[in-house]
Amino acid sequence: MSEPRACPDCLRRSRLLAHLAPYIEKIATGRPGARSPELLRLSNEDLAVAAAPNAATQILARVATTSERHLAADLLAAQCWACCRHDPRFPAGLRDAADAPWALIGRGDPTLLDRLEPEGTVTVVGSRRASTYGREVARELARELTAAGLLVISGLAFGIDACAHRGALDAGPTVAVLGCGADVAYPASHRSLWRRVCEQGLVLSELPPGTGAWRWTFPARNRIMAALAGMTVVVEAAQRSGSLITADLAADLGRDLGAVPGAVNSRYSAGTNDLLAGGACLVRDAQDVLDAMLGPGVRKAERVGPGLEPRLQSVLTEIERGEETCDAIASRLDISGGEAAAALATLEALGYVTCSLVGVYSRTLLQPQR
Amino acid sequence: MTEAARFRQTVRAIGLIRPPSVVSVLATAQTFTLDGISARPVRVEVDVHRGLPAFSVVGLPDAAVREARERVRAAMVNCGFDFPLRRIVANLAPASLRKAGPGLDLAIAAALLTASEQLELSRLPKLAMVGELALDGAVRPVPGVLAIAEAARERGVEAIVVPAENGPEAALAGEIDVICLESLGQLSALAAGEWMPERPQPMPLALSSGDGALDLADLRGQRHLRYALEVTAAGGHSLLMVGPPGAGKSLAASRLPSILPSLAAGEGLEVARIASACGRLGEGRAGGRPFRSPHHTVSPAGLVGGGNPPGPGEATLAHRGVLFLDELCEFRRDTLEALRAPLETGWVSIARAGSWRYLPCRFMLVAAANPCPCGRGEADPECSCAPLAVRRYQARLSGALADRIDVLAAIRQPSAEEIGGPAGESSTAVRQRVSTARERQESRLGPGRCNAEMTPSEVRECALDEAAASLLADAYSRRRLSGRAHDRVLRLAQTVADLAGSATIGREQMAQALQLRRREQE
Repeated sequence: MSEPRACPDCLRRSRLLAHLAPYIEKIATGRPGARSPELLRLSNEDLAVAAAPNAATQILARVATTSERHLAADLLAAQCWACCRHDPRFPAGLRDAADAPWALIGRGDPTLLDRLEPEGTVTVVGSRRASTYGREVARELARELTAAGLLVISGLAFGIDACAHRGALDAGPTVAVLGCGADVAYPASHRSLWRRVCEQGLVLSELPPGTGAWRWTFPARNRIMAALAGMTVVVEAAQRSGSLITADLAADLGRDLGAVPGAVNSRYSAGTNDLLAGGACLVRDAQDVLDAMLGPGVRKAERVGPGLEPRLQSVLTEIERGEETCDAIASRLDISGGEAAAALATLEALGYVTCSLVGVYSRTLLQPQR
Repeated sequence: MTEAARFRQTVRAIGLIRPPSVVSVLATAQTFTLDGISARPVRVEVDVHRGLPAFSVVGLPDAAVREARERVRAAMVNCGFDFPLRRIVANLAPASLRKAGPGLDLAIAAALLTASEQLELSRLPKLAMVGELALDGAVRPVPGVLAIAEAARERGVEAIVVPAENGPEAALAGEIDVICLESLGQLSALAAGEWMPERPQPMPLALSSGDGALDLADLRGQRHLRYALEVTAAGGHSLLMVGPPGAGKSLAASRLPSILPSLAAGEGLEVARIASACGRLGEGRAGGRPFRSPHHTVSPAGLVGGGNPPGPGEATLAHRGVLFLDELCEFRRDTLEALRAPLETGWVSIARAGSWRYLPCRFMLVAAANPCPCGRGEADPECSCAPLAVRRYQARLSGALADRIDVLAAIRQPSAEEIGGPAGESSTAVRQRVSTARERQESRLGPGRCNAEMTPSEVRECALDEAAASLLADAYSRRRLSGRAHDRVLRLAQTVADLAGSATIGREQMAQALQLRRREQE
């Protein structure tokens, strides 16, 4: 299999974006309706003039004179490779979009490029500020989808994104699309997760190595995520969450759109519930995604755990009812603290529940055998 | 005969200056000064010789000791003694040791009285004295008398003169005669053999804290927290409680000393010695497991000890007891970092220019935190904390200090029925079980040791049955446990098994330990 390749012109385009980033930041944010992806439809010259009328000629000249050797050396130094729209391995999902990036700079396993067909990929996104429920659903959903052979794409952000990556990594590779250079771990506290994705999966970006994150690069990144995948699933989003932009973009491209329902009184789930009301596909588990993408019953998600004895089942039922702490369960079932602790640890070991940093339990998607 | 010689002869004749054989008089007195929480011997030498009337104190005195001059002068005069109008030098030997506090007043006065031939102590046994003087001659209490009396006993001193209020405390040292002095005037009666105070009764030394007013029965509901407290106490582990404000975290922590096993007599004395050195003894009762709860604005020096000369901090005050850090996430990071090494070794070593000290601090760490800055918890729809703020806040729950905490208890607001319900099990019943579990640990690990202190090789020797081993291996292989957490769970499981009275760790006990362990950030 050949290495992914990129022609100098396409690489210069990504160079140009990096040079123009501060200028685009000024005109693309803070103004309603001025969404950055619209700008990115423009040709090099138009984009430069639109973003930086005064410095356009200077920046264009600087980009045009960047040598091919220089571009390649930059990629090599950042341990990245590039794949442009003229390469046959360029992801199919990006070919039909007008504002698609000219080149993708990647870090990690290049063979995953060939799996980036819309039919086999799902984008899982959601709010950065997510509830325990949302995190758990994202993690479990991504794990099961990966186990069922799909490739899960997300954005390495806080909250849902990170959980989706972690879940997917439990079962196989995953793809992260970044709003900064592929060699930049952003947010910085996700450095270890970024490294794991680099090692076991693939990190992609349309910006050259070393570029920092700007506000406009996130919606721009979202358009790549929406275009790459055959289906976009929003796990949890508040009314004005950034992940709804991804959902809009996916719908505009004619991709499938799914949303995980949430409690109607929770503002964390207001956005996803709105999507469902607007006709998005209802996603309760991996099976719903598989059915929507591949047709009903084509592939089965493995999600049945071992059977539970009545004592454990009663504890599980309490968690499903919304009890969160060991103490609450002990008091509801009138058992001792030690018994409740043992039951919860057993359920956790079997994968039915998970526990947060502060000792709050939540239910996973795993169903016990009846 | 010269003019000057004639003048000197005249002066001597009218008795202003004594003949050369008695021009300079030297007298000494034995005392002790407090150095951290132990006492060091100090010899007071007073030299009275002719010259312009002056009174100087040499030998590294601190401000309080230097001011002793004024107190001693006033006390002597007000008790009817003469203050010699000569050149007086008081030397505190060894000269290289820094002397602190007003406890040297009494010894300086006694030496000065001896030097000016107003007091004859030679008929008394080998004596040491300690006490602060009031201007009217009354003897005021000083801190650290217990440590001083013990140090005196060890140096072969037969009797120690102490302020009357410190008498019961000094009597705790045993095997040394304690003479309680109320005023400087009594010293001459004592020296003349005309008066001898009664030997004070030693202060009662409480070994268990169970008889106090704080009882675990006050904790309503909260079954899991009760259970976590019991395991924590039984194994000497450390505990982190996370829950909304007002759910009972502080209440539970303050009840922890009452379920800890009774102190051994020697341990009780250690506690009393520290309290005495810090001037915190004197409510008629010594010992008992201390409970210290420093505010989160405490400085590193305030927490582990420091200053110059170095003094004990909260960690030392909590020796053999409980150190409770409420609002763990609000503590300054450097303050918590300072607690790391002392937590592992049970000692804090403080080095300052010119002096260093080892202070004991074998305490149980109990910490409490809110789940997020607003305290409601992220799952609560009312919580309006910014995600970054929550992350920053919770990141402190996995700092270097938090990594040394074994047990996590998630607390919730108790329901109305539980608050109004019957009182929980009393401390006495729980302490019984905890003591039995501790006895098992001591028979396995050696006297005074508990499961939390097990070395890695001892952890390997924990007897697990097959089901427990497979449960632990499963948790470990699924990457839910780090290497460090693996050992921590084993230590906890051993404690749970000790509480259950089981020789090997069974599946149920391992599961409980896995649930109790502190969670780590991914």
